[in-house]
Amino acid sequence: MLRTVSTAQEDTPVRSIVKLATPFAAAALLLTACGGTTGGSTDTESSAGAAAGCPEGASIGFFGALTGPNANLGNNIQNGVKLAVEQHNAKPDACQVTVTPYDSQGLPDQASGLATQAVRDTKVLGLVGPAFSGESKVADPLFAEAGLVGITPSATNPALADNGWETFFRVLGNDASQGPAAASYITNTLQAKKVYVIDDASEYGKGLADIVRTSLGAASAGNDTVQTGQTDFSAVVAGIRASGADAVFYGGYYSEAGLLLKQMREAGVTTTFVTDDGAKDEGLVTAAGAANAEGTIITCPCLPPDKAGGTFVADYTAAYGTAPGTYSAEGYDAATILMAGIEAGNTTREDLLAFVKTYDAPGVTKQLKFDEKGEPSDVTVWAYKIEGGQIVADQEIKAS
Amino acid sequence: MSTSTTAPARRPARRTVGDRWAALPRPAKIVVWVLLALFCYALPLLNPPLISTPQSDFGSVMFTVAAYGLVALGLNIVLGYAGLLDLGYVGFYAIGAYTVAVFGSLHGKLPFVLLVVLAVCITTASGLLLGAPTLRVRGDYLAIVTLGFGEIVRLVFLNTEWLNGARGITDVPRPPDLPLFDVPQLQWDGFVAYVDLGTQSTFMEFGLLDGIPYYWLALTVIIVVLVADVLLQSSRVGRAWEATREDEEAAELNGVPTFRYKLLAFAMGAFIGGLSGALYAARTGVVNPETFVIQLSVLFLAAVVIGGQGNRWGVLLGAVVVAYLPERFREFAEYRVLAFGLLLLLLANFRPQGLLPPRRARRATAAAAELAELEHSGSAGGDTKEGGIRA
Amino acid sequence: MSLETFIDLTFTGLVVGAIYGLFALGYTLVYGVLRLINFAHSEVFMWGSFAAVWVMMVLGARTGMGVLPAVGLLLLALVAAMVVSGGVALVVERVAYRRLRTKNAPPLVALISAIGMSFVLSEVMGLRDKITEWVGLSQPLAPYVERAREYVSFTNPLPSVTLFSISGFQVRSTQVIVLVAAVLMMVGLDQFVRRSRLGRGVRAVSQDPEAAALMGVDKNRVIQLTFLLGGLMAGAAAVLYLMHIGVTRFNVGFILGIKAFTAAVLGGIGNIRGALLGGLVLGLAENYGSNLLGSNWKDVVSFLLLVLVLLFRPTGILGESLGKARA
Repeated sequence: MLRTVSTAQEDTPVRSIVKLATPFAAAALLLTACGGTTGGSTDTESSAGAAAGCPEGASIGFFGALTGPNANLGNNIQNGVKLAVEQHNAKPDACQVTVTPYDSQGLPDQASGLATQAVRDTKVLGLVGPAFSGESKVADPLFAEAGLVGITPSATNPALADNGWETFFRVLGNDASQGPAAASYITNTLQAKKVYVIDDASEYGKGLADIVRTSLGAASAGNDTVQTGQTDFSAVVAGIRASGADAVFYGGYYSEAGLLLKQMREAGVTTTFVTDDGAKDEGLVTAAGAANAEGTIITCPCLPPDKAGGTFVADYTAAYGTAPGTYSAEGYDAATILMAGIEAGNTTREDLLAFVKTYDAPGVTKQLKFDEKGEPSDVTVWAYKIEGGQIVADQEIKAS
Repeated sequence: MSTSTTAPARRPARRTVGDRWAALPRPAKIVVWVLLALFCYALPLLNPPLISTPQSDFGSVMFTVAAYGLVALGLNIVLGYAGLLDLGYVGFYAIGAYTVAVFGSLHGKLPFVLLVVLAVCITTASGLLLGAPTLRVRGDYLAIVTLGFGEIVRLVFLNTEWLNGARGITDVPRPPDLPLFDVPQLQWDGFVAYVDLGTQSTFMEFGLLDGIPYYWLALTVIIVVLVADVLLQSSRVGRAWEATREDEEAAELNGVPTFRYKLLAFAMGAFIGGLSGALYAARTGVVNPETFVIQLSVLFLAAVVIGGQGNRWGVLLGAVVVAYLPERFREFAEYRVLAFGLLLLLLANFRPQGLLPPRRARRATAAAAELAELEHSGSAGGDTKEGGIRA
Repeated sequence: MSLETFIDLTFTGLVVGAIYGLFALGYTLVYGVLRLINFAHSEVFMWGSFAAVWVMMVLGARTGMGVLPAVGLLLLALVAAMVVSGGVALVVERVAYRRLRTKNAPPLVALISAIGMSFVLSEVMGLRDKITEWVGLSQPLAPYVERAREYVSFTNPLPSVTLFSISGFQVRSTQVIVLVAAVLMMVGLDQFVRRSRLGRGVRAVSQDPEAAALMGVDKNRVIQLTFLLGGLMAGAAAVLYLMHIGVTRFNVGFILGIKAFTAAVLGGIGNIRGALLGGLVLGLAENYGSNLLGSNWKDVVSFLLLVLVLLFRPTGILGESLGKARA
């Protein structure tokens, strides 16, 4: 039954391998193999192939929702990632890299299987993602155990960095940097005395809104929590009206933010509306209507694209026929770091991880450099404003 | 009287696979069962091409399939045996998962075995609490009440700060390790197999990166539940359920305390749902309210209805269809709900017994067919066909 | 709670409640005649809402186009939504129910069939971008099928203005229109079922199907008519919902459908006036509950209400059955 027994196949040099004559002999062989070689096998995961410089089929993964209700966000990011990889591949003598998608659909329960698959696929040298905080909690421990670097372009939960995962990095400021900035903008720039703070009970929205509430202190004049998917906000609007607040902060995503804004305005409530980077999407304007959305403030720990210089916006528009969406630039930045590492010859997971740790170069959204927890060390929070149905940069919010 | 008499009368069945199987001697049956079980245990190690999932880790997918299989067995008791449509079954699954997470990580550090016991106790209790008042309402109302229950459970988890709200709970304890020996996996290059000594699964070590030991655990639980299920269904309780489902009033008149048996079915379903939820939490290490959406309930329901309510093998097949196919064909993931919708619609209209109808239904169909034939030949004035009604 | 807030919550609660009531008619009518929960009715509503949105897009509705053309456009949207919803309701009857009815299948099978139908209808809408791509129509239809899984906005050409105010609360024109229109539609339907020949057929079948059949009532016709009436009302509810809320989505029917069903049960399923009453009670309960506990408990309030009603008064406030609506 056994035709050959060899330990060094060319295509998979790092593993001990026993070749079988027919697949049907599998079960029988299985028993022999585990009886005979259990003690002898060691994990030879390291070195060996690194000397080659550019491993055949080298790849970086993208981990996020590409189908399902959150597919828009995931595709925005993946387009940014692909753009960076294509630009890298087009360089002369570049080590050709592909993008392997891991479509989590944004569901935490799919994450462990996909993350295991990514870890098992030795051609995957690094990852962009996971995109959301929920799936990050499932997938990141696996990446940490396997030493596979994962740079998230969009998961902003502050607690993610506190788990001691060596492989965790993110290219955008977390909610702990955005929250105080939003509060400072509301009290200093808008001069609001009473602020009504609403969240959507999601990990992201509630986490951020709680930080804003703390930062506002006495200026926080009322609270409410809505549900994602809720459409009728009449009770919320009644609460805002009753509170006599002169600003509303909403922590959550653009669908509910847009609807709430619309129903506020149609009910005759003209209070200034301030929201977060999860609502920084044209969907906000679509849902609310341009007239209702006029003057809305959006805070975001991201540089306006034109401030970053470079040709990212033009390149992206040329490649996909639309302007970059939410987190496209972050996806591009995260992939750029990995590409720079591969270009510098770091083609094992170990080397690439070490490279990312010490990376320090300007990116599209900010200076890309990480502190020891994997957080970006240089975060600027900007305020954006909706004018004539467009989201335009307003001003940088200086730490107060 | 019976739900199955709606099927069109057919000619008496010839010797089917089932009949041949029934004719096998007992030792031969046991050998086949053991071989089948061994094959199931070995499946994720064999990693067979075409069957293995190319885009997600096969061992992890197999665990999900097993977890759904367990849920389907539980829901089958409620829906298939007792005929109660429960659209909020996800609630029990969620309570099981959260019990393990809350008392194993968030508000306590109980040992794993105790956690599982606690999880099934709490879910069973919640099943009794929900069932006691609601099982008296009409069947289709029950569907809506349980739907509400499932949503309430999720919303309470989401909005309760003591349960960490939307953040969910991390660091859920894993089952205790019992490392005995390593088993290598097979890798395939086309149809040629390699034994991959680089990727080994330790029996039984519950690590992060290896879904296979969790699958083995879940499969073992399934086998235990199956045995209990067989014993239960052929017992007095099983017959009481059948009588209640087919005609509640007649059953009551014949002295079957139908309410008590319905409550028992509800509690047992909750028990198994909670058990499955506990295993799920231990595997993922994280629980989160957004996992337990009502769509999951519908998926569980789809598994039972597609497979064949009332047939334990059918519902396991249904669980495979519901949990495995979307992972195998991930590129069609977007069409998953549409496909299940179409399947439910088609099955309800053309094959309400599901893919694998329960033996009772097959028996009843055969009986009905023979009756029809007898009547037919009787009215034609011919002599009676030989062979009585095969029981 | 200040008086102003109380009036605010009461008024908006009544507006939403009236929409629930109108939507609930479909459940009530079908249940009255068939004794089955039409789980797919929620998608009948959703399809109607999309019809209204698209009509406004095609006709280029915008705010501030003059009152007369605006009213005309709204009426057109109403007709379109009612036609589409009525049509989808007939399709539901044909595809999900007719075959099972002729085979006398148990109610659970019919419910599962309707659940399947509901998934198909909602997913077809949610995948309309992919479907039009297959057919090769994604280019010309782009504005109607883009971002198929997200909210689409309804342009209400009629501006909302403050009509008058009660102790600080401003009553807006849109809310008044929605409330009045919903109540008028329900009164109209109630009169139709009570007075017309067709309505008498509906009541006859719901009282005693066999006797009605013996008396020469065509049961199939009556059942189709019930689905159609429920669909028409759902279409009207969809337009009023859009005027009040402003957006729709492929899965918007699911939660709303459960709410409407709750309204039907609350008032007494099978009872047309009960649907309106149940809707209003539910709308108020949700608004008061949201204000007291936080909006995140809103759905819990309505689900609990449903469970409690089913447990303690399963026949609802006004009692069940179409037939009993005095002849």
